[in-house]
Amino acid sequence: MFIAPRVADKKDWLSGDTGDWELIIGLEVHAQVASKSKLFSGASTEFGAEPNTQVALVDAGLPGMLPVVNEFCVEQAVRTGLGLNAQINKFSRFDRKNYFYVDLPQGYQISQFEFPVVGEGEIEITPEDGEAVMVGIERLHLEQDAGKSIHDLSPDETYVDLNRSGVALMEIVSKPDMRSAAEASAYVDALRQIVRALGTCDGDMEKGNLRADVNVSVRRPGGELGTRCEIKNVNSLRFIRQAIHYEARRHIEILEAGGTIDQETRLFDNVKGETRTMRSKEDAHDYRYFPDPDLLPLELTDEFIANIKADLPELPDARKARFVEQYGIPAYDAGVLTADKAKGDYFEIVAGGRDAKIASNWMMGELFGALNTAELDLDDSPISAESLGGLLDRIADKTISGKIAKDVFAKMFAGEGTADVIIERDGLKQVTDMGAIEGYVDEVIAANPDQAEKAKENPKLLGFFVGQVMKKSQGKANPQAVNQLLRAKLGL
Amino acid sequence: MTDLTKLTLAGALGGMASGEFSSVELTDAHIDACEAASGLNAFITPTFDLAREQAKASDDRRVKGEVGRLEGAPLGMKDLFCTEDVKTTAASKILGDFKPPYESSVSANMKADGMVMLGKLNLDQFAMGSANETSCFGPVINPWRNDEDLVPGGSSGGSAAAVAADLCLGATATDTGGSIRQPAGFTGTVGIKPTYGRCSRYGIVAFASSLDQAGPIAKTVEDAAILLESMAGYDPKDSTSLNEPVPDWRAACGQSVKGLRVGVPREYTMDGMPKEIEKLWAEGVEWMRDAGAEIVDVSLPHTKYALPVYYVVAPAEASSNLARYDGMRYGMRVEGENLADTYERTRTEGFGDEVRRRIMIGTYVLSAGYYDAYYLRAQKVRTKIAADFRNAWETCDVLLTPTAPSAAFPVGRKINDPVQMYLNDVFTVTANLAGLPGISVPAALDGNGLPLGLQLIGKALDESTVFKAAGALEKAAGFTAKPSKWWS
Repeated sequence: MFIAPRVADKKDWLSGDTGDWELIIGLEVHAQVASKSKLFSGASTEFGAEPNTQVALVDAGLPGMLPVVNEFCVEQAVRTGLGLNAQINKFSRFDRKNYFYVDLPQGYQISQFEFPVVGEGEIEITPEDGEAVMVGIERLHLEQDAGKSIHDLSPDETYVDLNRSGVALMEIVSKPDMRSAAEASAYVDALRQIVRALGTCDGDMEKGNLRADVNVSVRRPGGELGTRCEIKNVNSLRFIRQAIHYEARRHIEILEAGGTIDQETRLFDNVKGETRTMRSKEDAHDYRYFPDPDLLPLELTDEFIANIKADLPELPDARKARFVEQYGIPAYDAGVLTADKAKGDYFEIVAGGRDAKIASNWMMGELFGALNTAELDLDDSPISAESLGGLLDRIADKTISGKIAKDVFAKMFAGEGTADVIIERDGLKQVTDMGAIEGYVDEVIAANPDQAEKAKENPKLLGFFVGQVMKKSQGKANPQAVNQLLRAKLGL
Repeated sequence: MTDLTKLTLAGALGGMASGEFSSVELTDAHIDACEAASGLNAFITPTFDLAREQAKASDDRRVKGEVGRLEGAPLGMKDLFCTEDVKTTAASKILGDFKPPYESSVSANMKADGMVMLGKLNLDQFAMGSANETSCFGPVINPWRNDEDLVPGGSSGGSAAAVAADLCLGATATDTGGSIRQPAGFTGTVGIKPTYGRCSRYGIVAFASSLDQAGPIAKTVEDAAILLESMAGYDPKDSTSLNEPVPDWRAACGQSVKGLRVGVPREYTMDGMPKEIEKLWAEGVEWMRDAGAEIVDVSLPHTKYALPVYYVVAPAEASSNLARYDGMRYGMRVEGENLADTYERTRTEGFGDEVRRRIMIGTYVLSAGYYDAYYLRAQKVRTKIAADFRNAWETCDVLLTPTAPSAAFPVGRKINDPVQMYLNDVFTVTANLAGLPGISVPAALDGNGLPLGLQLIGKALDESTVFKAAGALEKAAGFTAKPSKWWS
């Protein structure tokens, strides 16, 4: 069914007792659509609500209740498809995937089986330790999430929370194009950045709104494909790498001992760092897919697709390249600042008409540090991009020194006002009046005659005098002017 | 005062409009009739107190000049329609004492039009059956009898029996393969299944979603038109609902059929079908000709595949639609040793034999390895059946056929022979598979004194022509027979 022509870089080969092995990885990523309501009902999708408070009648599978597709979710799927450079299918259809479980109230999940809304595409990824590679997208389809079974509230009962039941997911299926754990995690990271830039998914793996099923097999480099195992629901980049490492070693050990791999579905235990059997191929469900007769096929017009296309934001890769080009900042900075849309937007405001490297340094240093400490997202930053720009302007026009600026920043972060307000209120304006600075210099030299004498032989003492003068000026004296005057007066 | 239960719906609405009687009087008369007819077992849940309240409220509205389309009319509701705070069973055990916190769109439309609801009517369990014998509340007895108890047809047997016995002025019903038209035929009543998508399916317990359609069973063609005008209409809560205006069907009933092209499909006959039915069909053709219609011979060559196609598609959808009855959230639950065991016990005890049979057939035809041979092939043939009709519409405007291949049969006669039972739907399933409107009009009594119906099938969304032709047929047939009131 699949072909996997690319052979991994030699550095990614895994060595076994009988020779080298190559990893073949494909991923199915479930990305929750950033939609206020569910795929087929008006119930809210907000995270963290009390159990069973966001459940429409259809989400609970009540008799006679019918699904009605949420057009916004369809739009987001198409948007994502365009972001993945993929084919948009003008005809697609919802199918029922039938199975019984307590958290599946209808007894079936509405998904897209035969005709997904998005077809083949591809994206470029750059693993941390290697070169850029292209990863093919097989398809993207829309489906509803199930509810949540909670097994640990009672020793002999299972509780069910249907808040998630019916939430819209995009299942993004890759081709088996990844050859290392680093590539797999770079792929998920790239997807995450794309959906965040598009605004179609929050991409928050901790909240579970982006999670991956990882298909792993090994083969001799360039050889016949091996049997794959699917590791379900891995929810962090680190776990994805760990699960792949573990699974690859497991396969190699079995194969080298003369065994065969059973095709099965496995679970990743993130405490032990191991995978274990969930169900074998023999236990696999027969899902009895068939077209959902409650829903009409999705038929998209060229106009609908064109409108979404026209409204597509710049994607992370393109934006990163533009940042390097347009702002002359290092590729590393550009990567960090384009990791999500908010950061890039913030940067462009701060850097607009200013020294972009300084803007980038302030964001990545002071701002991200302070936000991190305060456990805030950029969206909730107490300092707006305009305000940070205002602060940088005061450094640029020498109203304050870089050092004072850090204090001003802290006060801005504490909500005390704009840079100008704080500088004015606290009298932090840099002293550039040579007369006043000369006064401080004379006072300091007069108060330290011995040191002044010694400085003639030991110019390192200049630092001491600079410090004293700055202290006297409460940090406001222009450092260059202080230096210049001290050198002259001390005869250095 | 004359017996108010003998009135047609049109007559009763007129009588209330002219102040001859109130809704309370009309409703009380019908409640008395219902109480006297408990032996027919037409109701699962009577709602007489609610009906009296609604009648009172209706009379109050009338004083204020607020008069809806069904103002004050006591009607019956097939117990497949979810009704807010009123027990809804689908004639099953598995729904237990389920009281929906919501109202089906069809019943909501009728409420808004001033309906008085007498109660929830018996039916085949989950609408699966052709004799109303699969109900877990016992069979409905046909008001028409012939020495022994006869079935009223199904699945809308309670609706048909209640209307035929003058227990209500009309009733809602649903039709997946003939469940409105065949019982109408068996009870001397009029039943119309409109175009798929005319009536919202929202809040109707689903049997086979691509075939299910609501419609009325009534005493006359005109009454059926009045009821359907209230029931039908676009509903954004049902994605398969058609966004089309509801025409004045009542007006269509009296229109002339002069020049109307009536097609007679030669395939609508069956081995072993009583000669009387053939004869009645030929008579119907003559009545239409005499009324000015042009008669056209047509062929619908895929008709013979309709029943097998239906018995693949309908169970397939049902097997999935009924998966939600798992004992977890509502209805009955039989505790087992573990989850799978609880599912098994609940569904084994909660569903009757026929429902379990169809779930198993449906599961089978959707299974890996069988899907292509059964479900997919059935869907392909279904498109050919629809194409047959499209071809027919090139030479005719409406089709005339028998409603069912027999008259009502004795209770218990076919219940253990599913294939014999399924043959009841042979002339009606085609309209469901093609989504077309079909009506059954009572045409004559057979040699045993039992009613026989004729069916008219029309083009999609062309109920107006169907009502026009049905009106002419009704007039020509002059069917006025009523069952003797043996039950009270």
